[in-house]
Amino acid sequence: MRAYERFIEIVLFLFAITAVLTVLLITFFVFREGLPIIFSEGILNFVASTEWAPLSGKFGILSMILGSVQVTLGAIILGVPIGVACAVYLAEIADKHIVQIVRPGIELLAGIPSVVYGFFGLSVLVPFIRNHFPGNGFSILAGSIILAIMILPTVINISETSIRSVPEEYKSGSLALGASHWQTIYRVILPAAKSGIITSVILGMGRAIGETMAVIMVTGNVTKVAGSIFDPVRTLTGNIAIEMGYAAGDHRLALFATGVVLFVFIMVLNLIATFFAQKAGEIK
Amino acid sequence: MQKTALVLGLLILALALVFTGCQQSAVKQIPDESNESGSEEKLSGSITIAGSTSVQPLAEELAQAFMEKYPDVKIDVQGGGSSVGVQSAYEGVADIGTASRELKDKEKPYGLHEHVIAKDGIAIVVNPANKAVNDITMEQIKKIYTGEITNWKQLGGNDAKITVVNREEGSGTRGAFTEIVMGKDAKFRDDCIIQPSNGSVRQTVATDPNALGFISMGMLNDSVKGLKVNGVDPTPENVVNGSYKIARPFLMLTKDEPQGVVKAFLDFVCSEKGQEIVGKEYIRVK
Repeated sequence: MRAYERFIEIVLFLFAITAVLTVLLITFFVFREGLPIIFSEGILNFVASTEWAPLSGKFGILSMILGSVQVTLGAIILGVPIGVACAVYLAEIADKHIVQIVRPGIELLAGIPSVVYGFFGLSVLVPFIRNHFPGNGFSILAGSIILAIMILPTVINISETSIRSVPEEYKSGSLALGASHWQTIYRVILPAAKSGIITSVILGMGRAIGETMAVIMVTGNVTKVAGSIFDPVRTLTGNIAIEMGYAAGDHRLALFATGVVLFVFIMVLNLIATFFAQKAGEIK
Repeated sequence: MQKTALVLGLLILALALVFTGCQQSAVKQIPDESNESGSEEKLSGSITIAGSTSVQPLAEELAQAFMEKYPDVKIDVQGGGSSVGVQSAYEGVADIGTASRELKDKEKPYGLHEHVIAKDGIAIVVNPANKAVNDITMEQIKKIYTGEITNWKQLGGNDAKITVVNREEGSGTRGAFTEIVMGKDAKFRDDCIIQPSNGSVRQTVATDPNALGFISMGMLNDSVKGLKVNGVDPTPENVVNGSYKIARPFLMLTKDEPQGVVKAFLDFVCSEKGQEIVGKEYIRVK
């Protein structure tokens, strides 16, 4: 019996190690392929130049770094308030019947493939923006709206869980002191659920920054720094996906280097976010 | 939470890796025709093909089909570019050099044997709702892509900005377009919408009444309108007879009159079977 237990433990350990090894392997490979060209071009030339013409040996990805940031930021600005409001409603206000309708709807939203979001964006959203705003429709705004919808399930689910896990005493205490329901939500429950809500935002950001297909289809993929939210941009993930089909030699390595930057980018973002999440946790 | 996002990032990279890894694996299965050739003498030997990266995928597919028919023949297809193709045919480095353009004047004295195996045509497309503009000149197309012409008004159309759609760098269609329309010195305006395939360029043009883009001629359908260029309709016939200008030949070049296995391969390329492979993406010459 003991040998059997041991055997199971070893099998499980092997599976656990596989995941970690895969991560290490991919990291190693991406950095090995991408780093040399970053160094031979010069880090500054690579991340601080906006000139991307890989066939003429110009590898500046600043416009794409900015593109990723702008589209993600837009998605957070549009998506988080809606998501958190929805979570508050579901956890605190809605009666059971409404929850039973809304929650499957949100789950359905999470199950739609990203290319479908992209196609919806390309055939509905882009023409709409083109007809009602300046520019030709392919824009930061279009990308942000699509991503905002895509991060909703993440934001709503995690925020709702954290709101529901606020101890009942906090709420009854606040109500007993004479605060209204809204005051209780605003002053007691939301601050208490803060770290969970911030977590949901971070995960939403992760989803938004990593999303590729839907973004490519609606943002126009121009390698130029955008002047307004109605201008087209290209994101880091978009750059890899668009050009990998034909890239060879230095061009291909430059795409790996784009991957390295994306990698570092996500790590830095997460460190900042984790720092704030911990801070929020301490205050609580 | 950090881990989740990390894994997310890694997944994207992993996907990128997977896709980059299989770029040269697209080889189609060709029906076996060995029964027909049973009476022929057995071919063996090896052929080296080098040159244009635009011709390369087609050459690889043709070579694959040929090697299936004659398993004792080994064909090696390399890239390098059209100039490399001309040079290596001339110097005898490769048995067959390939080029995706006409020979230049300075290359003509080499006395190479030219075999046109296919033609590649590019259609300039606009939205079907764009009724006013039906005809365009090469000069105007160039000016649109360099940014000198920005409004349909300048082409006799409505007063609306042109949404210029371009392909990504490295694309063969973009390469051909650059070569034929833009020339050496012209630079693309830097705010063209970039779409990563012929299909998505077409979709973009089909949904934007003010868009203009270019796609491979084989991709033309009713959702977009192909413009006449210098008064000539974008049809395969006009490409073959030379009147439609945004087109290029795919050449296979040999130093001498082709013989033996090289001749057999070139004959195969020009045969019904070979031209069928050509016709899948390019314009047949026979």
